[in-house]
Amino acid sequence: MNPARKRKLSIILFLLAGLAIAVGLATYAFRQNINLFYDPSQIAGGEAPVDVRIRAGGMVEEGSVRRDPDSLKVEFRVTDYASSVTVMYEGILPDLFAEGQGVVATGHLNGEGRFMAEQVLAKHDEQYMPPEVSKALEKASARAEEQGAKELPNY
Amino acid sequence: MWQFFHKLGSPKWFYGIAGRFMPWLLGIGLLLALSGIVWGLGFAPKDYLQGNSYRIIFIHVPTAFLAQSVYLMMAVAGVVTLVWKMKLADVFVKAVAPVGAALTFLALFTGAVWGQPTWGTWWIWDARLTSMLILLFLYLGVMALGSAIADEKSAARAVAVLVLVGVVNIPIIKYSVNWWNTLHQPATFKLTEKPTMPPEMWVPLLLVVVGLYLWFGWIALYRMQTEVLRRERRSRWVQDLMHPGGRSDVSSGGARADGV
Repeated sequence: MNPARKRKLSIILFLLAGLAIAVGLATYAFRQNINLFYDPSQIAGGEAPVDVRIRAGGMVEEGSVRRDPDSLKVEFRVTDYASSVTVMYEGILPDLFAEGQGVVATGHLNGEGRFMAEQVLAKHDEQYMPPEVSKALEKASARAEEQGAKELPNY
Repeated sequence: MWQFFHKLGSPKWFYGIAGRFMPWLLGIGLLLALSGIVWGLGFAPKDYLQGNSYRIIFIHVPTAFLAQSVYLMMAVAGVVTLVWKMKLADVFVKAVAPVGAALTFLALFTGAVWGQPTWGTWWIWDARLTSMLILLFLYLGVMALGSAIADEKSAARAVAVLVLVGVVNIPIIKYSVNWWNTLHQPATFKLTEKPTMPPEMWVPLLLVVVGLYLWFGWIALYRMQTEVLRRERRSRWVQDLMHPGGRSDVSSGGARADGV
């Protein structure tokens, strides 16, 4: 490579590195705005503003979903396995909504630390499997539970 | 290797060698992609949670993958344009930018179609979706800038700079799902780990991905050939190619070339 080209190439690489650092710092500074939602630990820690439209996300806690039999009102707890927050919602939930599944809810925190949701979206994870495999997995975990729950990981 | 690289400087040599690869790329690419799509859409098992709607990944993942790869290739070509001033690199950028835009649009569109039943919304301004939309605008910007500047050399340099500035978006797209909270799920396929998907799902997906890359090779060469012919339209070898046997009649050949 002749020296002129070498110099040009190193200038380009240098400028690209500078650009990458600048964009990296900018996105780092705006990370709370780029994050789509607050997780339950942030809400429990008081990081999320009260009475402002925000999003909260996490897993729907097992056994926490309570539906009002006379209306579309539903109440459930969203957890990140460290803290959890109670979500109140009135409306139709997406098909993928279930206990143990991820959700992202839009709404606001009221003064009592409850999350009043206007919209609930299901968050899919990166797992894909055929129905037979998932049934087999469920059976295996049920058997493991019968044999002794203490070997299961505690979250 | 350097000899091959320098040979690429000759449009005529490129035109010939591209023609030899193209039928293979198109044939094998279509065969792999179509068999993967038929397998994936028709025979692969359902997903335990999403049922049949997950099958959109057989289109969504390959197009999203290739859309980002094409941009990276354009960035490499942009460096070559700026450092070595090789015309063929600029021909490549000009030829593939619309292809990349179409792929990005397809990825966004199939994602929206999948998001409506799965998430409950067809669009959300999370980091992954937004950075992918920026990629679409980058492609459109590259196309617009390339055609806005009349002088070929300055157009090539301006486009190369724009492509290189935009390349910082690629790692942002890739890692957005790890760096920030997003509605979009993290990657199912990682280089270092086993995919979180059984082989009867990822094998057809891999077929479509490989097939689509080969198909891209074909369409890139095809569009580059066209662009090379357009740029070299006044040169002797293109004249000979267009009017075989008409070499003796120089004056009429020249008149016709001006009309092209």
